[in-house]
Amino acid sequence: MAQSNDILTVKGLKAYYQMAYFGIEREVRAVDDVTLSIRKNEVYGIAGESSSGKTSLIKVLAAAIRPPLKVVDGSLTYRFGDIEIDPYKAKKEDVDAIRWKHLSYIMQGSMSVLNPVRRIKRSFEDFAFRPMGVPKKEFWERTEAHLRRLNLSPDILRAYPHELSGGMRQRVTIALATVCQPEFIIADEPTTALDVVVQKDVLAMIRDVQQQMGSSVVFVTHDMSVHANMADRIGIVYAGRLVEEGPTRTLFTAPKHPYTSHLVGSLPRIGDTSPKAALEGRPPNLADPPAGCRFHPRCPLAIDKCKTDVPPLVAVGESHRSACWRSDDVKPLATFGQPAEALS
Amino acid sequence: MTTLLDVRNVSKRFAMGGILSRQYTDAVIDVSFALESEKPEIFTIIGESGSGKTTLARMILGLEEPSDGDITFEGTGAADRKNRKVRLQFMRRVQPVFQNPFEAFNPLKQVDRYLDATARTLLGLKGKAEIEKSMDDALQKVGLSYREIKGRYAHELSGGQLQRVAIARALIPNPALLIADEPVSMVDASLRMSIVNLLKDLRDNFGVSVIYITHDLATAYYISDRLIIMQKGYVVEMGPARTVLDAPQHPYSQLLKASVLSVDDAGQGNLKPADRAMAEAAWAKSGEGKLTPRDDGRMVRVG
Ligand SMILES: Nc1ncnc2c1ncn2[C@@H]1O[C@H](COP(=O)(O)OP(=O)(O)OP(=O)(O)O)[C@@H](O)[C@H]1O
Ligand SMILES: Nc1ncnc2c1ncn2[C@@H]1O[C@H](COP(=O)(O)OP(=O)(O)O)[C@@H](O)[C@H]1O
Ligand SMILES: [Mg+2]
Ligand SMILES: [Mg+2]
Repeated sequence: MAQSNDILTVKGLKAYYQMAYFGIEREVRAVDDVTLSIRKNEVYGIAGESSSGKTSLIKVLAAAIRPPLKVVDGSLTYRFGDIEIDPYKAKKEDVDAIRWKHLSYIMQGSMSVLNPVRRIKRSFEDFAFRPMGVPKKEFWERTEAHLRRLNLSPDILRAYPHELSGGMRQRVTIALATVCQPEFIIADEPTTALDVVVQKDVLAMIRDVQQQMGSSVVFVTHDMSVHANMADRIGIVYAGRLVEEGPTRTLFTAPKHPYTSHLVGSLPRIGDTSPKAALEGRPPNLADPPAGCRFHPRCPLAIDKCKTDVPPLVAVGESHRSACWRSDDVKPLATFGQPAEALS
Repeated sequence: MTTLLDVRNVSKRFAMGGILSRQYTDAVIDVSFALESEKPEIFTIIGESGSGKTTLARMILGLEEPSDGDITFEGTGAADRKNRKVRLQFMRRVQPVFQNPFEAFNPLKQVDRYLDATARTLLGLKGKAEIEKSMDDALQKVGLSYREIKGRYAHELSGGQLQRVAIARALIPNPALLIADEPVSMVDASLRMSIVNLLKDLRDNFGVSVIYITHDLATAYYISDRLIIMQKGYVVEMGPARTVLDAPQHPYSQLLKASVLSVDDAGQGNLKPADRAMAEAAWAKSGEGKLTPRDDGRMVRVG
């Protein structure tokens, strides 16, 4: 199955938070049996509701996990030119050697990579100077030009992190992660703290870097309108599992999982004066997920089989996979300004 | 009419790059607005990233001192709050809501401990029964109960429940004003709706006013009574939310509305940077002129 232009191959990946509180063992199955591959030169979006495991999945992909999160099963292989590496089996030096230059990770919340007592300038020197491998003068020229593309004044290099607004800090970390033009960029909610004008510019910049370099981008957001505009393909995560995956247009116009259909159908728009129907029930507890299809307690299409049998993620069309026993019966909800008929 | 909050000609200037630096940032420039006690409302602040929204919120909360202008709350100003009793009363009446429900709570601490701490410090309660009652009252207002969350850890609650608990914590001292700085930016669309509906409910049923800071124009439209749009420290447009958002008049407000991502051409690769001509017009005009009233009740900054 692995194609030569796959840069990342993930097979049967499971990562759990394993904890003991007052002697009681708990296991939160945040990433449960995920299989996917990311091609060279594509933008892959991961969508899903809060606490569905998006951040956990992306941390595992970025080889940035810490206890209590542990990889308990499966494999993950990156291929950068001649380098082939599974970060969970490789030596630490080898993993460190690919960071920033080949693989960069923009964390959710963004503050963590910036050292609070050092000026922004220093963070750029620390992380980007060596990987970029150019003389100092050129390094700063490139860095400043890059900041301007993100609507940031180069003056912010002299600032300390706490002196910047939330959205400015977020852009600084995006700048850090993209200034060396790495082959693989992983980003967790990269634009959630930005106003819509800056968000648009930042997304366009990420796409630009990606296209110039032919790099791959994997990014997480719960914001479906960002996916609509950024992603080539989208993977939908529900309760730690990948439940649907396919080309962006297909997922919006012809979803094959009822959860996806809900996600794209419930988008609020300016001008809404009454609430859209919310999904009944609440997200499952990943320490004790429902049997069968994890979505069945909230699913309008659920039948008895869904309560007991886990639906496998299977092909339902051209590069389109869905994990639903009733994928043939899924209809798109009336959505984005077009009548439902026009979409089906 | 009595005034709940009066923000009058408030400005804030920061030194950037440490206090010894000579470089200044004018984070907030000459902002004025007032909220009335008898008319609880959702007052929304939207605008550019870095335009001074959080700074303004922090000044209202008394966490940052204005460089110029005055902020009074229920008739008392910053100087009056040097008195411990006045300060405590102020902290009861104006409460912040944390941004991200998943990060606001320490995963190793039971969530009710946060409520407990607030009941003790701000209400001075000591008895177990009275603390539990005040926690339960606050939780009831957000559609939960003490029984449901007692002894639970953050990861045992859904995102919506957690954000409700965060709001309940803020409600314990019976505030008249909640300051919610991007309370929904980290949550998905359906959770977002349930949180903003809760804010609406607090306004309608409990008379709580809310200053709601957001980048999400759809929820701003849906719940706000009035809103202000900020750019580079200035208020560029202010007025009834729907009037302003239906037909924004300042070039920056227009740019903002035009830049909302559309899903209609999902996956077609049509993403472009924000409209340059509009952006140039918006930046060129920023800060110019005066806020000028219009017939429909809004104010627009015009040269
Ligand atoms: N403690 C500080 N010291 C120096 N400058 C500061 C400080 N806090 C904020 N600023 C500056 O004030 C301006 C306004 O920041 P603020 O955090 O209020 O923006 P915001 O509107 O909340 O932005 P965002 O939407 O990105 O959260 C920015 O230019 C920022 O760099
Ligand atoms: N540090 C942690 N310890 C224990 N459980 C955690 C931790 N971080 C996240 N979880 C749990 O893992 C699940 C997935 O969370 P996360 O990956 O952050 O979701 P998302 O990014 O989709 O909102 C949730 O049930 C959450 O409570
Ligand atoms: Mg997350
Ligand atoms: Mg802010």
